[in-house]
Amino acid sequence: METLWFWLVSVMIAIYVVMDGFDFGAGILHLVVAKTNEERRQVLGAIGPLWDGNEVWLLAGGGSLFLAFPKVLASGFSGFYLAMWLVVWSLMLRGISIEFRSHVQDGLWRHFWDATFAVSSVLLPVLLGAALGNVLRGVPLDGTGYFSMPLWTDFQLGPQPGILDWYTVLIGVFALVTVSAHGALFLAWKTEGPVHLRAKHLAPRLWLLVLVCWVAASAATARVNPAILHNLPEAPLAWVAILLYLAGLGLVFVGLGRERFLLAFLGSGAFILGLLAASAACVFPVMLKSTLNPAYDLTALNASVGGHGLRTGLVWWLLGFPLALGYVAFLFRFHRGKVVAAEEGEGY
Amino acid sequence: MGDPLFWHRLQFGFTATYHYLFPQLTMGLALVIVLLKALGLRTGETRYSDAARFWIRIFGINFAVGVVTGIPLEFQFGTNWARFSQLSGGIIGQTLGMEGMFAFFLESSFLGLLIWGEKKLSPKGHFGAAVALWLGSWLSGYFIIATNAFMQHPTGYAVAADGTLQLTSFWAFLLNSWALGQYAHNMIAAVVTGSFVVAAVGAYWTLKGIHPVQANLNLRTGTILGLIFSVLVAFPTGDLQGKLVAKHQPITLAAMEGRFESGPRAGLTLIGQPDVTSHKIENPIKVPAVLSFIAFGTFSSNVRGLLEFPQDQWPQNIELLYYSFHIMAGLGTLMIGLMALAGFLLWRGRLATSRPVLWALLLAVPFPYIATTAGWAVAEFGRQPWLIYGVLRTAQGSSPLVHAGHTAFTTLGFAGIFVVFSMLWLFLIGRELAHGPESQAH
Repeated sequence: METLWFWLVSVMIAIYVVMDGFDFGAGILHLVVAKTNEERRQVLGAIGPLWDGNEVWLLAGGGSLFLAFPKVLASGFSGFYLAMWLVVWSLMLRGISIEFRSHVQDGLWRHFWDATFAVSSVLLPVLLGAALGNVLRGVPLDGTGYFSMPLWTDFQLGPQPGILDWYTVLIGVFALVTVSAHGALFLAWKTEGPVHLRAKHLAPRLWLLVLVCWVAASAATARVNPAILHNLPEAPLAWVAILLYLAGLGLVFVGLGRERFLLAFLGSGAFILGLLAASAACVFPVMLKSTLNPAYDLTALNASVGGHGLRTGLVWWLLGFPLALGYVAFLFRFHRGKVVAAEEGEGY
Repeated sequence: MGDPLFWHRLQFGFTATYHYLFPQLTMGLALVIVLLKALGLRTGETRYSDAARFWIRIFGINFAVGVVTGIPLEFQFGTNWARFSQLSGGIIGQTLGMEGMFAFFLESSFLGLLIWGEKKLSPKGHFGAAVALWLGSWLSGYFIIATNAFMQHPTGYAVAADGTLQLTSFWAFLLNSWALGQYAHNMIAAVVTGSFVVAAVGAYWTLKGIHPVQANLNLRTGTILGLIFSVLVAFPTGDLQGKLVAKHQPITLAAMEGRFESGPRAGLTLIGQPDVTSHKIENPIKVPAVLSFIAFGTFSSNVRGLLEFPQDQWPQNIELLYYSFHIMAGLGTLMIGLMALAGFLLWRGRLATSRPVLWALLLAVPFPYIATTAGWAVAEFGRQPWLIYGVLRTAQGSSPLVHAGHTAFTTLGFAGIFVVFSMLWLFLIGRELAHGPESQAH
């Protein structure tokens, strides 16, 4: 049951990254791919009806983590205290910039929200990527089950690292590049005209950058946490995940070559999902690794709640999850086709 | 001030109080919008859908601020209250997770359709989106109230060998009697906020003599709903809530009333200043025996005073608790009176010409907000010194390694962000009011 919940939480968080990832990407790229007000409204029109639902995956995933592994949530959230709040503030300002931009027809007003939208969209994947880096590298958990980390120290690894060191920043940059590339495919699929052309032009270049970062991040991870490679032969799910992300990567390039952007976008979703699933499979059952002593690791087995709570949660999770997927399918279907900028006062 | 606990409490209290200024209007307006859309569908009159369109625009701005100010609350469980989360996550994680799965997905999926979808959807489809937002926001409210109810009156759990709280009965936890009572009280209060806002906008336009059809409709809708719901918030739901407090938190009841000595035929203090060190109320004006009746249903019941309980179980901030309760109850009474007067004039067909009453309706907008905030202050100050009543003290629930420098930094950061949000909200809502209702979809 603990193993099942480890995977449920991982799947929820991976879906969150895929879903919010494309709207982060749209936010990162919009200053580049959309120059005029009309074009920016096209980008916002594409993600506007979806971003809030995408973020619910984070809240629902966080809720699942809370109910199944409260020790991990308590330790991780309080340990990454300042970084957590940077994430939250970025989420808040980003949400407001998407929702409020269209309310006033004024150049300065809209420039301000465009800049806020871009900056927060860049910060979020870097911070969330660095969070993943911390999980892979380990944190100074002691016997109490808690830790406290400064935002940065000397950017070196060691038993008492900062939240940001060279490794976690590298993973953050990898995340930034990946969601940008993911977002470029989404925009190439959902838009037409100049935005489409610019996104189409940018996508292959970004994906080459993803390949470079992917190799660098994998090599660095193998160095920072050798146990991950060590676990690989005994983790059949990791092989499935690796197949998934390689197939995804293949689809991205096939889709790009044939200008079939929905295919490429699905490929990049599979790439991100597979990469995160492979990471989860390789660290399993460890959820928060201790840099001080492996005995202090928080794992799916020693950090979970009792069986009754997990079984109860599973019942409503099995009802809620298909419902959530149904909403996503409904939304994509309702907003199908290419997005054109809405009339003033009629949309994002 | 160097005490981390002070900052943890200040930050949670501040961010939760600020956040709840928005959902109370969202949840209240959601019902108003559903009613207006339903009337529009039934009668085919455009004035109803015109009114709904105006309120949907207000709803959209208000909802956005509500969403983004709600995010930090979910995070604070882990960041600031780690030991509480670690001990009780297996229980309150259930409702917080369900809120995401069943309420937030529903709301976020239909929000865009409600705000921007009137022309894309059929009238029935748009009505459906309004119903989805109403259901979603009211469900979300239930899951949060059920979470809070566990902290006020824990049910359905057992303490495991390692000290953590484990779920033993999902239904006892979810259908906690405290949650049902508090939910009814709270949701009705949200409709009161919504109807006072609707009535005030109607009064404003009537006083200015603009948008006559919409001014009249809003005045009427706000007054009728305001009268019904401001009565319901006091009786039966407020009364029920008082009895729950009397039954499960007798110390809190004594502190709310500033009652130090026990005894039968307990009087209700209308006005007076509690002096906690010398155990009395100064300058009291009391109604005899009414407190006994409110708490237990008979005038002769004994209501226990604070001195009967050990002092380490008294709420720490008795003064603030006392004033919060009296402000809530006092404003509640005033609001019933105002709506009764407005309702009477409406019935006689004289409301639109009674300028003093229109002015009162306009100026009364802050009252439901203050009363609701004070009501939550009663619940939360009254719960002290416990985080989970009788189970975990507040001082034992905070994050062990987060120091005052961290939390002071983030609290001040929130103060800055909320100043910006407040200005944006006032600016955008002000623009909508100045713009007024659109008489037809173009």
